[in-house]
Amino acid sequence: MQWNSVGEFFAMGGYAFYVWGSFGVTAVALAIEPLLLRKRQRDVIDSLRRERKADERQGTGA
Amino acid sequence: MSNRIINWFRFGSPQAFYPLAGKMVPWFFALAVAFGVAGLWLGFFVAPTDATQGEGYRIIFVHVPASWMSMFLYVVMAFWAGLGLALNTRLSSMMASAIAPTGALFAFLSLWTGALWGKPMWGTWWVWDARLTSELILLFLYLGFIALQAAIDEPRRADKAGAILALVGVINVPIIYFSVKWWNTLHQGASISMTKAPSMAITMLWGMLVMALSFWMYSIAVALVRARAIILERERHTDWVKHAVE
Repeated sequence: MQWNSVGEFFAMGGYAFYVWGSFGVTAVALAIEPLLLRKRQRDVIDSLRRERKADERQGTGA
Repeated sequence: MSNRIINWFRFGSPQAFYPLAGKMVPWFFALAVAFGVAGLWLGFFVAPTDATQGEGYRIIFVHVPASWMSMFLYVVMAFWAGLGLALNTRLSSMMASAIAPTGALFAFLSLWTGALWGKPMWGTWWVWDARLTSELILLFLYLGFIALQAAIDEPRRADKAGAILALVGVINVPIIYFSVKWWNTLHQGASISMTKAPSMAITMLWGMLVMALSFWMYSIAVALVRARAIILERERHTDWVKHAVE
């Protein structure tokens, strides 16, 4: 290992902005995409459930 | 002839695929995290400092895998889109649509991390050089595919139009790959060559490969999740979807 301290690790030999800018944006992007997809999936399922309930109400003549 | 198509529909039907994909998703996410942790450990703690580029070179552990995935996903997307066009199979076209946004994301990340590499190493965020420009065109092809599909109301027509765009755009992938050979460019040559011994430390190579595996598993997981959402959206009027959300 080439790091003598935590500070040295985060400094990245003077390239901190570029290295953490790359890894940071990538990590954020790969974390957000699954969250957005989970919301999309839930939205479809919710609207399908609402539709089903509406159908059932109509079916009973209420 | 008709038998073959009926069998194909049975195994490739959205109804059969939906629960199967749901079972596979957590495994691919788990693999993505496992390879990601291993890749980051290799990239930050095992791989040595580069002789000429110092610690700044560590950007390659995300830049190269993201670039590979952006090109690979385009080919996979075009394959599914083409299959959907040729065989008229709904699920293949849905897979193509499910891959496009993730491919666009990796193309963007490739350009973003490339710019953050270019500034300290070359002194510029961007140049209109063959490698960079062809990767930018790849991003536009993804965005064009997504926009074209979104602009057409009828899903099967959107599939067909998108497929043609995706297939024509495949020509760009070898152009990106060979751009560093065909033109004089600021971008360095391929990091890994099939014909030559690797020019970098073996641990750097492993770091890149393991990170690429992580991105690959992530892409499969995310594409399956998106495909499931697309199936529900498009097949919402079928009986099986109505029963699936009980």
